[in-house]
Amino acid sequence: MALLEVRDLSVVFRSRGHQRTGEQPVAAVDGVSFDVAPGQTVGLVGESGCGKSVTAMSIMGLLPKRGNQVTGSARFDGTELLSLSDRQMRDRRGRDLGMVFQDPLSSLNPVVPIGLQVTEVLERHQGTPRKQAAMEAAELLDKVGIPDPRRRLSEYPHQLSGGMRQRALIAIALACRPRLLIADEPTTALDVTIQAQILALLAELVRDTGTALIMITHDLGVVAGLCDEVNVLYAGRVVERAKRHDLFAAPRHPYTHGLLSSIPRLDSPRGERLVPIKGSVADNIPWQNGCAFAPRCPNAIDTCVEVTPEMAVDPLVSRRLLRCHNPVTATQREALT
Amino acid sequence: MTGTLVEVDDLKVHFPIRRGVVLDRTIGYVYAVDGVDLAIRRGETYGLVGESGCGKSTLGRAMLKLTPPTAGRVVFDGIDLSTMRGERLRTMRRRMQMVFQDPMSSLDPRQSVESLLVEGMRAHGLDTGREATTKRLRSLLSSVGLPSTSLRRYPHEFSGGQRQRIGIARALTVEPELIVADEPVSALDVSVQAQVINLLEDLQREFGLTYLVIAHDLAVVRHICDRVGVMYLGGLVEETTSDQLYAEPLHPYTRALLSAVPVPDPVLEDRRERVLLTGDLPSPANPPSGCRFHTRCPWRQQQRCDTERPVLREIAPGHRAACHFAEDIRAGRIHPHEVRAELVEQGGEGMRVDDPLAGPASITEALGP
Repeated sequence: MALLEVRDLSVVFRSRGHQRTGEQPVAAVDGVSFDVAPGQTVGLVGESGCGKSVTAMSIMGLLPKRGNQVTGSARFDGTELLSLSDRQMRDRRGRDLGMVFQDPLSSLNPVVPIGLQVTEVLERHQGTPRKQAAMEAAELLDKVGIPDPRRRLSEYPHQLSGGMRQRALIAIALACRPRLLIADEPTTALDVTIQAQILALLAELVRDTGTALIMITHDLGVVAGLCDEVNVLYAGRVVERAKRHDLFAAPRHPYTHGLLSSIPRLDSPRGERLVPIKGSVADNIPWQNGCAFAPRCPNAIDTCVEVTPEMAVDPLVSRRLLRCHNPVTATQREALT
Repeated sequence: MTGTLVEVDDLKVHFPIRRGVVLDRTIGYVYAVDGVDLAIRRGETYGLVGESGCGKSTLGRAMLKLTPPTAGRVVFDGIDLSTMRGERLRTMRRRMQMVFQDPMSSLDPRQSVESLLVEGMRAHGLDTGREATTKRLRSLLSSVGLPSTSLRRYPHEFSGGQRQRIGIARALTVEPELIVADEPVSALDVSVQAQVINLLEDLQREFGLTYLVIAHDLAVVRHICDRVGVMYLGGLVEETTSDQLYAEPLHPYTRALLSAVPVPDPVLEDRRERVLLTGDLPSPANPPSGCRFHTRCPWRQQQRCDTERPVLREIAPGHRAACHFAEDIRAGRIHPHEVRAELVEQGGEGMRVDDPLAGPASITEALGP
């Protein structure tokens, strides 16, 4: 049973006075569907502008109402999140749904001590008395690996290092033991050794508490170590979905394959030339007129610019969904390695 | 064309921490670079890696005298830069150029590409005539993979990857020998990163350049660099060839750093053994005594590591490491143990922790990458 079912989620940005200026609305997310089960880690991967963060924000109800049109459905344990009122959504956020953002300094309140920012959640959602909440907060900080948690409670965000701030943010997100945690690039602003600590912490939490985790990242290495299932996003749509091992062993979508062959790796022989994806996202064509990736795709055929590909089960590899007319074959992959 | 191009000798950059409104007192120093020796050979790519705050960018800037060194010498092609100033230094700068991380903030938004590129040539008297200059700019643009129509356009009209190409073309206009590239690809998306990395390699071959690449991404550094220096808290802890460093890291910090980099291969990720470091980087304003890494080192031994600062010494041919026990660790005579995370105070020495003026540890930390 899925805990969260996202179906055909779309977010359209409209600029002010678009009717007057004739500016076209932009579909940042264009029909995204996926499921998350309890204890499962699902990855949303893609480059900047592919709609991965907007997907998370719309599920959490954090997008401003004005100028954004959110359609589709996001059912959390049977409740439709997208139709909840602001008040009902506030009750859910922080209790059932937790979120960890990329930049901990701008997502923590700079003028409120860390302790208060943790206890606030406990008091608001569980009615925990302040004294007890403070004790629980210290336990939480300890659990996420902050040394000397009692003293840290009275300190302000600027007194903590980047890694400690991210831990504090995770502690806040976990305060009410949410059933779903969304982590939006939680380690991008951190150094690699600190990143390793935070990823180990998240993996441990999922294992111990059975929390479902949506991991949003651009780093394929992070995905490889952490996610059970991976969704690769391009221009607002999922283009490939597979189990972690299947995806990395044999990427089928030319975009996934392109991403994997364009990154230098620590474990590959040196001196090999990288194979970049040609062009940039500016070359995309709208999804309505075919495949958005077609202008950059080495595998593009005539059909790609005429017919929009649909998400379908991969004819060659089962357990995988693919949005492509001409996927990468095993012989092609070998030719490159 | 072989031999040493740049030699750095016991280079130090200490930034004073000042306090007071009327009376400007110096209450301490940030030891950003604290005694670094290295040599870059002509035609090679030297990589500097380390985490934020380790001093790698400051070292790069000090080598070009963009940040004045506190002590030590930088010798460029046999000429000592440390005593040089004014016009002579300015003329020397033609031979060493810099490529910056953020292509948006390092290009003047109000200058057209042509004017951006011509500026340096003019300053160094290389703009000999309108026709010759335009011809040269066109050939440079084609070298970096931009259409020649770009000359009349402005930085905002280009994507991030294209802007970085303009930044690289600008560095090349004055025919430099050394290019210091500070995080040249970290602001770019992965698919574009590969394009710029390939471009840097092509240009090196075409123009016979020497690179100093400063980056935090170890996979990128391994890919483009011949030799790599690893920095921790202002000092070089290990230096060797790129292949050797990844095959057999000798310093405990390098081991931890390498094991922390996620690899896009689930099979490998599942069975990887991680050296997880506990705690944070200590403040460079108040570095630990002895070996700077001893507070986080899983191989730390009693006494000696806490009190005596290890020097960078050659352990294998062409492989230097600053660790008292490098041989013992390599031979497996000592084993890693658990480390308890120590509290790292933000802000420098002499500042109280509850001081409302103490800001984030660094600007990069406040703004993200």
